[in-house]
Amino acid sequence: MTWVGRSIRRLEDPALVRGDGRFTGDLTASRWVRFVRSPVAAGRIARISVPAGSAVFTSVELAAVKPIRPLLHKFNYIPVSQPVLAKDVVRFVGEPIAAVVASTQEDAEDLADLVGAEIEPTPAVVGAREARGAGAACVHAEAPDNVIVDASSKTAGFDAALAGAHRRIAFAARSHRQNALPIEPRAAHAAWDRSTGRVTLTCSTQAPHAMRTVIAELIGMAESDLRVIAPDVGGGFGQKMSLSPEFVVITWLARALRTSVAWIEDRRENLIACFHSRDQHIAVEGGFDADGRLTALSADILANVGAYSCYPTTCGVEPLMAMAEMPGPYDVPEYACVSRAVLTHTCPMAPYRGVSRPVITFAIERLMDKAAAAFGLDPGEIRRRNLIRSFPHTSVTGLLLDQASYIETMDAAVQAIDVAGFRARQAQARAQGRYLGLGLATFCERTGYGTPAFAARGMEVTPGWETVEMTVDPSGSIEARIGASPHGQGLRTTLAQIIADELGTSPDRIKIVHGDTDRTPYGWGTFASRSLVIAGGATLMAARKVRARLTTMAGILLEAAAEDIVLEADAARVVGTDRSIRIESLARAAYHQVHRFKGEIGPGIMESATYDPAGTFSNACHVAVVEVDVET
Amino acid sequence: MTEKIEITLNINGRDYEVRVEPRRTLVDVIRDDCGQTGTHIGCEHGVCGACTIILDQEAVRSCLMFAVQVQGKRIRTVEGLADGDKLHPLQTAFMEHHALQCGFCTPGFLMLAVNALETNPDISDDEILDVLASNLCRCTGYQNIIKAVRSTAAEMRRARA
Repeated sequence: MTWVGRSIRRLEDPALVRGDGRFTGDLTASRWVRFVRSPVAAGRIARISVPAGSAVFTSVELAAVKPIRPLLHKFNYIPVSQPVLAKDVVRFVGEPIAAVVASTQEDAEDLADLVGAEIEPTPAVVGAREARGAGAACVHAEAPDNVIVDASSKTAGFDAALAGAHRRIAFAARSHRQNALPIEPRAAHAAWDRSTGRVTLTCSTQAPHAMRTVIAELIGMAESDLRVIAPDVGGGFGQKMSLSPEFVVITWLARALRTSVAWIEDRRENLIACFHSRDQHIAVEGGFDADGRLTALSADILANVGAYSCYPTTCGVEPLMAMAEMPGPYDVPEYACVSRAVLTHTCPMAPYRGVSRPVITFAIERLMDKAAAAFGLDPGEIRRRNLIRSFPHTSVTGLLLDQASYIETMDAAVQAIDVAGFRARQAQARAQGRYLGLGLATFCERTGYGTPAFAARGMEVTPGWETVEMTVDPSGSIEARIGASPHGQGLRTTLAQIIADELGTSPDRIKIVHGDTDRTPYGWGTFASRSLVIAGGATLMAARKVRARLTTMAGILLEAAAEDIVLEADAARVVGTDRSIRIESLARAAYHQVHRFKGEIGPGIMESATYDPAGTFSNACHVAVVEVDVET
Repeated sequence: MTEKIEITLNINGRDYEVRVEPRRTLVDVIRDDCGQTGTHIGCEHGVCGACTIILDQEAVRSCLMFAVQVQGKRIRTVEGLADGDKLHPLQTAFMEHHALQCGFCTPGFLMLAVNALETNPDISDDEILDVLASNLCRCTGYQNIIKAVRSTAAEMRRARA
C-alpha cells in the first residue's frame, strides 16, 4: 500500500493544535511601526507635520527607494509607478503616507494620531465605467483614459457565426469588489544583523523568493544581503502573493535604524488597504443554433484594478485570465473578446483564489440558464448540448483541455439533487407563494500551469517552474527543500508521502523545508493551484534520483545489481534475499567511507530536480437549491 | 492611561506578574507580556474569535477585555490544553478529522469548543453548530471542525456511560 492516496494525519498539525505554530506576529522587535494612511481617495499632499523629536518617515526619507513598477509586455499595457510611501499625491483610501516608529505598538499608534497629513482632496473616480467616461479624473498621467490593459481577440468566423445565429442571447453581470481576508492579517518583521549587515525579513507571504528579489531591487541592496522567511502563514488566498509596499518600508527601516523593526496590520487596515479583487463588469452574448448549441460567444470585460498594478503578476491578471478562460467547459467555435484593466482611485487589485474564475463562471452559467429558458430546455440539457465531450480539446483561445469529466460531473450533480422531485416541490411552493430555485454551475479550473502559460501573458516576471533539493545526511535523515511556500495546504505532508513511497520509508521520517530563502532553492511560492502538481512533480523527480543513488550504492556494498535492490522499511534489500543494509548505514558510508564505492559514486547524497509542466484543468459541477424570501 | 499598573495573571496555572497600562487588552498582555503566543489576534473587535480563551468557566474573546479586568481569575489558553505530551482529546480529534488548514484560527476554536464540552457535557449536535458559529475559519474548514467536535462530544459521553 502506497502512502500517496492515503488519508493520514498531517505533519503540520501537532504544533498548530498546541499553539506552537510560529507566525510573524509572534516575534518581538525593538521598534514598532504604524502607518499613517490616506483618509481620502484622491488628493495632493500639502504638508506632513510631525511631532517634534519623533521618528516619522515619509517619501522624503525614502527618496532612494525605487517605486513598484511591474511590467507586462503585451496587451497595450501602460506601466505605472507606485511609491512605497505616497509621494506628492494619494490615490486611494488607505494608501500609506508615513511610517511612524516607536518602542511599542501602542506608542506608535499614539504617535501616528499626532502626525498631521494635510491633503487637499482632488476629484476621485471609483467605478470602472465612470473612469472611462469623458472628463473622468485621471489616476496616472501615463494613462489619460485610465485604461492600462487593453486586450482584444476575435476569431475569423466570429462575425458570420453571430450574424447567422438562430437566436442571440445576452447577459451582463457585475461583480462587486471582494477582499480575500485571510484570518491572519499581514505582518512583517525585519532584523538587521550587526555582524554581517544582512537583513532577515520575516513576513506573511506566499512567495518568499519573489519578495526577496523585488524588495532588494527596490531598496538597492544585494539580494544575498536579504533573507526572507515565511514562517507559519495564516492563510493567503492570493492576497499574500503580491508585494505589499509596507514590506519594503519595514526592510528599509531595519537597515536605516540598524535594529529590528516590526509591523502587524490590524483588521481595519487589511480591509481598506490590503489588496481587493474581482471588481468587474462582464457582458456576454451567445449566438445559438436552432438546437441550442453555441455557435459564437462574445465577451466585454472591464476590470477595476484600483490605483496601482500589483507585483509580480501586474493588474493584467484578472482581465487577461477572464479573456482566455471565458468559454470555460463549453465548446465555443467562434469567440470575440475585449478585456480592459481600468485604473480608479481605489485599493489596488491582486489575484484572489480562482482570480476571475467566479465571475466568468457566473456570467457564462447565467447565459446558459437564459438560453435554457429561451429554448424551453432544462438547464441541464442546454449544458449537455454545449459541454465539451471529446478530449484532448484545444479551446478557441488556444488552451489545451487534456481531459475532463464535464458531462459526468453534471449528471452526478443532477442525480444527487433529484431534479424531477425538485420541480414538483418548486411548483407546490410557488402555489403557496414561496420561491424556490435551482442553480447549476459547471466549470473547469486551471491548475499546475508552468512557464509557458504565464509567458503567454507577456509577464516580465514569468513564474512557472519549481525546484526541489533533496539530501540524505550522514545520519540517514531525509530532507527536501522546496521553493513552494505552503500556508495551510498541508504540502509538507503530501510531499513527504511522495518521498516515502520512493525511498521506502514513512512520511514522519522526512523533513520538508520551505519558506526560507537561505535554506531553499529559488522558487515561485504557493498560488494558482500549482504546488502539489509542480513542487510535487519536482519532488518525485528528485526522490527518484536519490533512489537511484541509494540502489547503486547498495548494489556495490551488497555485491548485487542496482536493479535488484528494493528500498523498503528504511533499508535497501537484494530482492528475493535477506541481504540488506539500513539507509542510515548507506548514508553514513556515502560521507565517511566513500572509498568503498570505488570511484563509481561521489561523496554525499544530494540531488535536485526542476519541473515546469504545461498545466491541466480540473473540473466540477456545483448544484444549489435556494429559497428566496421575496419580502426582503 | 499610560501609567502602568501591577497585576498578576494566572495562565494555565502559572502566575505572571506584569506591569501594564490599563488600556492594554488581555490578548496583548497574554501574548506580549506573558509570551503565550498560541492565542492569536485576527480582528481585534470580537468578530473572528481567534483570541478565544477560557476565563474561569467561560469562553471569552480576549481582545474585548482589558488585562486589568482579570486579576484573580483563572485563564486557560491553548498552551494549557495538553497534559505534557498527552494531547487533549479535542486536539487529537482536530488532527484526526483534518479540522485545520493554516491553523491560525485553531487555538480559538479549540478553546471555544473545549469550554462548550466542559460546561455542557450532553451538548447536542445542533448546539455544537450554534457554538461553533461564534468563530471564523477563512480556510473554510467548518465541516471538519464540526466533525471533530461532535466526535469528541460522543467520545466523552461514551466514557461517562
